[in-house]
Amino acid sequence: MELDIRVPIGLMFAVLGLMLVLFGAFSDCSIYRVSLGINLNLLWGAVMLAFGLSMLFFGRRGTAAHRTTLGSPEGRLMKTQEKESGKKLPSFRPN
Amino acid sequence: MVTVLTFMDWLVMLVYFAFVLGIGFALKRYTRTSTDFFLAGRAIPAWICGLAFLSANLGAQEVIGMAASGAKYGIATSHFYWVGAIPAMVFVGLFMMPFYYGSRARSVPEYLRLRFDEKTRALNAISFAAMTIFSSGISMYAMARLIQALHVFDGVFQALNIGPEWIFHASIFVSALIVLIYVFLGGLTSAIYNEVLQFFLIVSGFLPLVWLGLADVGGWAGIKARLDAGHVHSWQGMASPETNPLGVEWFGLVAGLGFVLSFGYWCTDFLVVQRAMAADSMNAARRTPLIAAFPKMLFPFLVVLPGLIAVALPGKPVAANVLHGGGPVLTAVDSVLWRGLIPPKRDDETGQIKLDRYGNPEFDYDLAVPMLLLHYFPTGLLGIGITALLASFMSGMAGNITAFNTVWTFDIYQSYIRKQASDAHYLWVGRMTTILGVTASVLAAYLATRFNNIMDLLQLVFAFVNAPLFATFLLGMFWKRVTGHGAFWGLLLGTLAAAIHHGLTLPRGAAAGIKGGWIAVIQVYPSEMAQNFWTAIYAWSTCFVLTILISLFTRPRPDSDLAGLVYALTEKLSESHLKWFARPETLAIIVLAVALLLNIVFW
Repeated sequence: MELDIRVPIGLMFAVLGLMLVLFGAFSDCSIYRVSLGINLNLLWGAVMLAFGLSMLFFGRRGTAAHRTTLGSPEGRLMKTQEKESGKKLPSFRPN
Repeated sequence: MVTVLTFMDWLVMLVYFAFVLGIGFALKRYTRTSTDFFLAGRAIPAWICGLAFLSANLGAQEVIGMAASGAKYGIATSHFYWVGAIPAMVFVGLFMMPFYYGSRARSVPEYLRLRFDEKTRALNAISFAAMTIFSSGISMYAMARLIQALHVFDGVFQALNIGPEWIFHASIFVSALIVLIYVFLGGLTSAIYNEVLQFFLIVSGFLPLVWLGLADVGGWAGIKARLDAGHVHSWQGMASPETNPLGVEWFGLVAGLGFVLSFGYWCTDFLVVQRAMAADSMNAARRTPLIAAFPKMLFPFLVVLPGLIAVALPGKPVAANVLHGGGPVLTAVDSVLWRGLIPPKRDDETGQIKLDRYGNPEFDYDLAVPMLLLHYFPTGLLGIGITALLASFMSGMAGNITAFNTVWTFDIYQSYIRKQASDAHYLWVGRMTTILGVTASVLAAYLATRFNNIMDLLQLVFAFVNAPLFATFLLGMFWKRVTGHGAFWGLLLGTLAAAIHHGLTLPRGAAAGIKGGWIAVIQVYPSEMAQNFWTAIYAWSTCFVLTILISLFTRPRPDSDLAGLVYALTEKLSESHLKWFARPETLAIIVLAVALLLNIVFW
């Protein structure tokens, strides 16, 4: 598949995380009475942001690696054979 | 304090909607053939299939229902995971996937057509198609009711001068429309991609909830100290139905839930199996359920634990007025009646607290998760929490819709209505079926609002149809002698056996009727759960025995027809080329060992 799912997931988490971090940094402390006094927006926003960025990082790297296999006729043939036989054939490495 | 959503919460929700729809639009240009639309081009990597496999099953009913059950019955609810899911998931991956994926069937009913005959496929396809529509309708109804009960959208509707009853309609139409758009555009790939996104969102909405809740009640030790022993042990007291909260003895649990119902669902339900069939290779297809089993095992901590936390908390009446539409109606008597965060059930018309037949109040356990969200989450994260609930609902619904699409188009339309047509035609039919399926689910949701009993009856009928299924698949895949007649009549009579067993038994304290005993009452079970499990056991055994007997008296198919469909006539997969840790068997052993360990820890 041409679209690597990690990219949209990473993007969404990065956007949501950033929103929460910014909101947490500037929001009134009194709203955190419910969450046991912890600034949950700042904290969990940071976790989501970190997750989103790492997904983006691996997604972009993965997409590049994926393209090289499927970009060549040999790569596509290998993929087809792999699917038919259920076996993972030795990977095709250019010298 | 009435909980209202602020601008921030709305923004979070909008970002989610934008991404979900965006994935649909991005995938539209890759969806050119019917294989793309219905099978995701068989090009999805194992980890994505695995998470989608899990997420399609993680509907709103699971998230809400398992927490409700956790609040009501305690940690014993984890049986639905560690007994009622993991072994079946391992089995389908290791032993059944080679036939599903290897046969190149496009759906589970189509496998039945290849292995048995046309009538067995028709029986399965029609009952499955009806079931997906009704279950997606029922879960839509449940979600809309829940959102209504939360009263978080009241402010907006008031500001726009729209009556509060429109919250129900809006919840149904907005979520149905979004699912419709993204499935229509990108088919199964779109559903799977969104399921993975939804999976992560659900986890990120629930994890901080559990963490805060545990910190508040003093961890697992705190829960143990606050609740009775029945709530915090999963196996203790399982020797007799009288000594555990589920009202089931260990044999009924293991055979009924752990074997018949769980294998019947995870190994034969096309809703989940379809995710594995979309995998990019045989090895990936086999690993799909095994990869899904890892997070599945840990889900009790995410969805059952909130229920326990909700009842372990001292009854704080903070969020009370939320439930009553904002008015200060909380009285001293009311707050005493709350069980932790869980309010008692009220009659819709009179507003009176509902009492059971012993005069004790009934509690609205379905509100466990929503109440916790309102209790702990500040605005901002509350948006994530509510969005996670919506996401769980959408993933479940999209799962039903894509499965319905495929079964309708291939197993009903292509088989009985129009056989020879171009691929483009079937792609078009698939897209139209998406509209049909979503519309039918919305209608089913409204049917549920008007005729609650019809829905209960339908769910009962589906349970009867599902109970014997696994016997048919088990025999069909592992014994080449089984014939089409054997399979068909075994299934039908197994379903009949389930109905008869239900008609002859009753859970304790229930009146004869929809709960059973509509023929005569010859046995009373200690709980409804025990009755369900035993109904399944009887149905499965009947189907198993009759399928064998009828097969022996009918003519078997020649071996040449069954290559790749039956164990004995299928080339064994060679995995010597795989590293030991990439083999499905290794994953399976790890999964089973961890599941066993969890059972022991929470004994």
